[in-house]
Amino acid sequence: MIRRATEEPVTQQPTPPAIHTLTLDGEEVSFTAGETLIDITYRHHKDVPNLCYDPRLEPFGACRLCIVELEGANNPVASCTTLAEPNMVVTTRTARLETHRRVLMEMVASENRDIDVDPLSGYASQQMRELVDQYDARTGRFQGEQSGTSREDDDNPFIKRDYDNCISCYRCVRVCAEQEGDYAISVMNRGFDTQITTEFEGLLVDSACTFCGQCIQTCPTGALADLKALANKDVPGETVTTRTICPYCGVGCTVDVMTRGEQIVGVLPAMDGPANEGALCVKGQFAFDFVHHPDRLATPLVRGDDGELHEASWDEALDRAATGFRKVLDEHGRHSVYGVASGRAPTEACYMLQRFIRAGFGTNQIDNCSRA
Amino acid sequence: MSNPLVDMDKPDVIFCIGTNMTECHPVAATRIKRAIARGAKLIVADPRRIPLADLADLYLPLRVGSDAALLLAMAHVIEREGLVDAAFIDERTVDGELFLEHVRKFPPEWAERISGVRAEDIERAALWYGTAERGAIYYTLGITEHICGVENVQCLCNLALMTGNIGREGTGINPMRGQNNIQGAGDSGALPNNYVGFQAVDDPAHQKKFTKAYGRETDLEKGPTKVTALEMCGDRIKAMVIAGENTVVSDPDRDHCEHALKSLDHLVVIDIFLTETAQLADVVLPATAWGETDGTCTNTERRVQRLRAAVPPPGDAKPDWWIVSQLAQRIGFKGFEFESAKEVFNELCELSATYHGLDWDRIEHSEYQWPVPHAGHPGTPRLHEGEFVNGRGIFKLIEYRDPAETINDDYPVWLTTGRRLASYHTRTQTGRSAGIDYLLPEETLEVNPSDVDAWGLADGEWAEVSSPRGSVRIKVRATDRSPRGTVFASFSFADVPVNVLTGSGYDPITETAELKVCPVRVEPA
Ligand code: SF4
Ligand code: SF4
Ligand code: FES
Repeated sequence: MIRRATEEPVTQQPTPPAIHTLTLDGEEVSFTAGETLIDITYRHHKDVPNLCYDPRLEPFGACRLCIVELEGANNPVASCTTLAEPNMVVTTRTARLETHRRVLMEMVASENRDIDVDPLSGYASQQMRELVDQYDARTGRFQGEQSGTSREDDDNPFIKRDYDNCISCYRCVRVCAEQEGDYAISVMNRGFDTQITTEFEGLLVDSACTFCGQCIQTCPTGALADLKALANKDVPGETVTTRTICPYCGVGCTVDVMTRGEQIVGVLPAMDGPANEGALCVKGQFAFDFVHHPDRLATPLVRGDDGELHEASWDEALDRAATGFRKVLDEHGRHSVYGVASGRAPTEACYMLQRFIRAGFGTNQIDNCSRA
Repeated sequence: MSNPLVDMDKPDVIFCIGTNMTECHPVAATRIKRAIARGAKLIVADPRRIPLADLADLYLPLRVGSDAALLLAMAHVIEREGLVDAAFIDERTVDGELFLEHVRKFPPEWAERISGVRAEDIERAALWYGTAERGAIYYTLGITEHICGVENVQCLCNLALMTGNIGREGTGINPMRGQNNIQGAGDSGALPNNYVGFQAVDDPAHQKKFTKAYGRETDLEKGPTKVTALEMCGDRIKAMVIAGENTVVSDPDRDHCEHALKSLDHLVVIDIFLTETAQLADVVLPATAWGETDGTCTNTERRVQRLRAAVPPPGDAKPDWWIVSQLAQRIGFKGFEFESAKEVFNELCELSATYHGLDWDRIEHSEYQWPVPHAGHPGTPRLHEGEFVNGRGIFKLIEYRDPAETINDDYPVWLTTGRRLASYHTRTQTGRSAGIDYLLPEETLEVNPSDVDAWGLADGEWAEVSSPRGSVRIKVRATDRSPRGTVFASFSFADVPVNVLTGSGYDPITETAELKVCPVRVEPA
């Protein structure tokens, strides 16, 4: 059991998995053992339709949309649960597959009250609508009944739970268990009565839920939706995203901030963020609107003779700030000035403050707040 | 962190001490949960039964401030059972023999008397970590916010060195940084002892380098730390500039701190809100916030990442770097004509040893973890692979020390402080984000249900908590997360200023305040 450095070089790499090939829509492509067919189609931008697939989660195989034809097999197989094997011949689009997908989408469409949900609902919220439109499936051929019940009684301010729009793909349940390790939501009943719920069917706040928002972001229908973003749905303008880093803890999760005009309307996790790989917590996901709070300082303030702080121009304020330092410097020398930088501000802010103290006063009288 | 975040899925034994990770670094904690699901063993040492403890295979409920005793005894067991990585000690460390001799003094039974953790549990933790193929240590302020913070960290390093659990995938000594850019703040040279990139100020070669770069000579001697500077306010220190920090609420001993800032001749505060600290200033300069500022930040795994502005700031708010460079120019300092964050960052890289191979354009996709010594270098996700930065790993001979104040007849209860999931620091931001109140409307004092009864308190009712420095009124919450005799509160709410109580002592080396331990008295109010 005792590892000895001499027995095992510290730089040893695991043996790389073997590379094989198969034929994908007439083209020879390579893969590594353990990959599913859908992973390979994705890598080659084949866009096989799917609803219950999330590349971060274990294969599930519920919606059957991702089916592909395999040479030598009678029936199509679900590409998200089928492991690639050497020399397979895979076809992703045939008339039979497309017909099958269309029927499936018609049924899915008929079960849902709303096909068109606001894109602010979540990262994957447009997935079902796009497929319904792609397969021209708003036919009403199947007289569906909605398969879930919404939980309007859940008064939490973050997560909308409208199971009338649920298609039982279980992505929310799986992301909660597999990605978050929280097991806050679960599945009740089977078949048509399937219902996504919490333990004891209660409110999320009374469950193991941490309001990380991961279920919202993986839901392909908007049944689970981002209430904070939706509160901004009437803000005019096109939604634009800007990539940046969460302002809270040191994990440094990558986020895509959604804006309309001059307003931040919501936050999306970046699936390719190196620290988070699509995950966020309640702070990074929902605590963004402090930026627009009316308490924000918008003008410099200068203390007047009356002892109160008064609004001032930059010119006045900088002069006053500079004069104060100049005076102290002249009267008490350069060791009378001290700077405290912030671990919340960008690196450039900290760098400039230490430069101010070092290049300006010639001292090392600078620190940051990490000691607090 | 010595190792990257992706390594958190990979250890077979994970030892978390003094880190409430599911609340303070939630996304990092999801990786640990995945490691557990894969079969990794989790050991959690914390005075409180934090949520992470619920996931642990072995939970070590130690008395606040007794970390070193626990860790010394673990080293003792690893030595006694012959689980040391002799080859690693031989090839890569110094003072190994001395250390192995030293730890013979600290059997688990000794540590049990100090820490309250059962000797057999200490044995088990040591056996698990000591026999792990890949053992990883994670810690946060629960280790460092003590008078012996540095010694605690050295104890953890000793454990990793004696078992060779460093410099490989899935191992390491991994502090989780609390604030989004606390790493970047240190990297940038906002420290009294280091220039940018941790170049010591008392090295004449560095002094020379920066004299040339900045066009002015800087002292060879270190500056005082912030803690000392606050002591010197009104005396030697007459003027301060404080950026983005709510010192008055976040620092220990609030009255003392407020008094210090009030005694200055001149205080300039740069911030996004009129915080309790800004209210004391002579001049308040409005800064742009997250989402409005272009810049960079560096996370806990040393990854340098771009911050991007998405919206314009309110009114006349300006980026910090602009404000400070303008102020410098007004005072008459030369060389502060910067035009953009990019220009500032590129100068920083130029002068830094650790960022030397980076520039603004190269960090566009967040691929680099420092050190990046030269352009074309791929970055360093894992430190100490093959060799330590300073040559060899040094064992430190640590003795256990009691906290600065220990419980006594007047103050018979241990108070420990921390953060909670839904609120952040002094709530200047989370407190102003809609909905957060739903999850965390107010501060509470977490008290063990048996203590609630024994001390004549009631769940949901008010209590008065006092230390030698002051007292606060706070609502009681009965919970098993607190062990008997220890209570917990966060410092997030201004109306429950828990930091009027803390501040009994400081680590002599880092001057980090002992915020994690404070003897108090708890009475019905
Ligand atoms: S709520 Fe959304 S993610 Fe969850 S099962 Fe229903 S459709 Fe799928
Ligand atoms: S989303 Fe949560 S875990 Fe990620 S950086 Fe922000 S606060 Fe930290
Ligand atoms: S995506 Fe494969 S079955 Fe749903």
